[in-house]
Amino acid sequence: MPPRVWAALTAGKLAAQLSRAFRIGGGTVVPGRVARWLAPDLLRRLARGLPHGAVVVTGTNGKTTTARLVASALRAAGLRVVHNRAGANLPAGLVSTLVLAADGGGQLRADVGVFEVDEATFPRVAGELKPRLVVLTNLFRDQLDRYAEVDRVAVGWRQALQTLGGDAVVCFNADDPQVADVARDAPRSVAFGIEDVEAGRETLEDAADVRYCYRCGVPYRYRVVFLSHVGHYTCPACGTGRPRPAVRAEAVRVAGTSGFTAELAWDGERVAVLSELPGLYNVYNVLAAAAAAHALGIPPQALLRAVQATKPAFGRGERLWWRGVLLQILLVKNPAGFNEVLRALRAEPVRSLWIAIHDRTADGRDVSWLWDVDFETVRESKAWVTVTGLRAEDLAVRLKYAGWAEDRIAVHRDLLRALEHAVAHTPAGGTLYCLPTYTAMLELRALLARQGVAVAFWED
Amino acid sequence: MDLRLAALFPDLLNLYGDRGNVLVLQSRARRRGIPVEVLPVGLGHPLPDADLYLLGGGEDRQQALVAPALEALRPQLEAAVRSGAVVLGVCGGYQLLGHAYYAADGSVLRGVGLLDVVTRHPGHRAPRLVGNAAVACVLDGVGTLVGFENHGGRTWLGANARPLGRVLAGFGNNGRDRTEGAWAGTVFGTYLHGPLLPKNPAFADYLLRLALRRRFGDVHLSPLDDRWEHAAHVRAAERAGVRLRGA
Repeated sequence: MPPRVWAALTAGKLAAQLSRAFRIGGGTVVPGRVARWLAPDLLRRLARGLPHGAVVVTGTNGKTTTARLVASALRAAGLRVVHNRAGANLPAGLVSTLVLAADGGGQLRADVGVFEVDEATFPRVAGELKPRLVVLTNLFRDQLDRYAEVDRVAVGWRQALQTLGGDAVVCFNADDPQVADVARDAPRSVAFGIEDVEAGRETLEDAADVRYCYRCGVPYRYRVVFLSHVGHYTCPACGTGRPRPAVRAEAVRVAGTSGFTAELAWDGERVAVLSELPGLYNVYNVLAAAAAAHALGIPPQALLRAVQATKPAFGRGERLWWRGVLLQILLVKNPAGFNEVLRALRAEPVRSLWIAIHDRTADGRDVSWLWDVDFETVRESKAWVTVTGLRAEDLAVRLKYAGWAEDRIAVHRDLLRALEHAVAHTPAGGTLYCLPTYTAMLELRALLARQGVAVAFWED
Repeated sequence: MDLRLAALFPDLLNLYGDRGNVLVLQSRARRRGIPVEVLPVGLGHPLPDADLYLLGGGEDRQQALVAPALEALRPQLEAAVRSGAVVLGVCGGYQLLGHAYYAADGSVLRGVGLLDVVTRHPGHRAPRLVGNAAVACVLDGVGTLVGFENHGGRTWLGANARPLGRVLAGFGNNGRDRTEGAWAGTVFGTYLHGPLLPKNPAFADYLLRLALRRRFGDVHLSPLDDRWEHAAHVRAAERAGVRLRGA
């Protein structure tokens, strides 16, 4: 090992110990920054040491949960897995994960890597990670201040897929026309999708991003829409449509925010799954994991064990008790995700809501997206609503123009004060639904941790 | 008294929350007892008679689909403006209201020329102009405009367009001359994209009054409870680094 690499590894490990000792953070990013600065090729070098290679999960929504399911299925199949479980999905986070999994000599104590990768970052690290399997979940509008345009992310993916090794497999969402368009020509691919049209609806939401065929510029015709622009579609001009998925979900029954049942089918296999993960969007995450398991040759029993054992990831539907009230935290990052959370909530008797909107870099500095969320669909709700965060006022205005009852909305800029207010407006033993953006979710968990409730995210 | 509001190509020019502007104009008129008819205009459809026309923003691909369709409506749009109709173009819609958009790849999109402006994309190496922005608006009684901008193109004003305002924070038209947006008569363009009007209620009412003038002369709009709108306005200015007094 070159001394430079040894120095990078040692410095990275030291940085992790220091940042934990001084409680600067979880040590999920800083070690990677330090190590990468000393040895820029560290990611390539360490990833090469994985005997069973790397699995990458990327897309706008569902990365964290899907990667957890895949990692858990691989473990159930008896493999040792290195995984950026805390969701640090930029290059420094990936390097940190590997540095911490390596011994002092740079040997990884793992057989296979599972990495969720930021969708705009994927093209930059595909060459270094050389994944054997890439899972493409979906492409929605998200943080356009960072990514400029959804189309540009798709172009980056297309180029990245061309650099993969010849035996690499691409698992992709057949129901998302833009994702299918990027992946359908990959030499080895496994498409996944929902077959059960009863689980969908007939009309597109306003926030739908892709409705025009890439070849013809003609709007796609949808037979059914599951969420945002995801569904069964055909171009009336050229006939290009949804590829027939190899891994399919049938008989889908979603029970609000408490889970779902479905039958997964591929190649003559058929397994019934019962999951605690909330909402229809999680059916896609389980499907994506099933497609990955299928492509990796993981036995269905291992997948089933993983699905049944997977609890909602931090902030993705997790439940915590605080002051006699059950908090259910549902991350809201973008219109498509927020709409799905609202849809799941429509099936619940919601008495109280706490919504926190920040506009830091990781949230997207532009809060315009709040106007693409279909708050109108729940305007008749009688719930108490507490809004908070750096952009609480923007949300208050949005809810007002969506027709929500103004006298039931309270604005508190401070997260903790807002939470106390919301808890006071929740019946004892009842559920307070907490809908934070990304950094607001981290802040909420940190403040609950200080109160002795949640586990800090690096220990999760 | 009633208001006819046309949203041009709303399924293509809706990049980021553009429907917020329609919702706000509609609500603010209705709360004054003025019924509003919203007329969505799709590709290839004729231009309906309206008092106010809205154009939102789109990605490059959508802009390219819209440009020829808008070009085809040019004579009707010009006639509408001559009759006193108001036109508001936001972001990509602003660019299309100008003479032309010179894209990074060398291609040219022709605009409808309702504003004497030209937009050039300096190439993908040049940084996009992205961030919170605040503008001291020159229009009577509008005050500050706040919002978020995100554009690659740089817009330059000709002699027959005046800037909508002076940049207090952010980039504005081109990141150089501290101007933001453009206006001429009843035609307005701005880079403050998406839901511009929700947190700029004074500008929303300015546009409403101007649009109603076409058929009903000077109209008094009763004040509304804008506490939350003002709070959002002040907060947006603060996030742009500009301190405003009072909420």
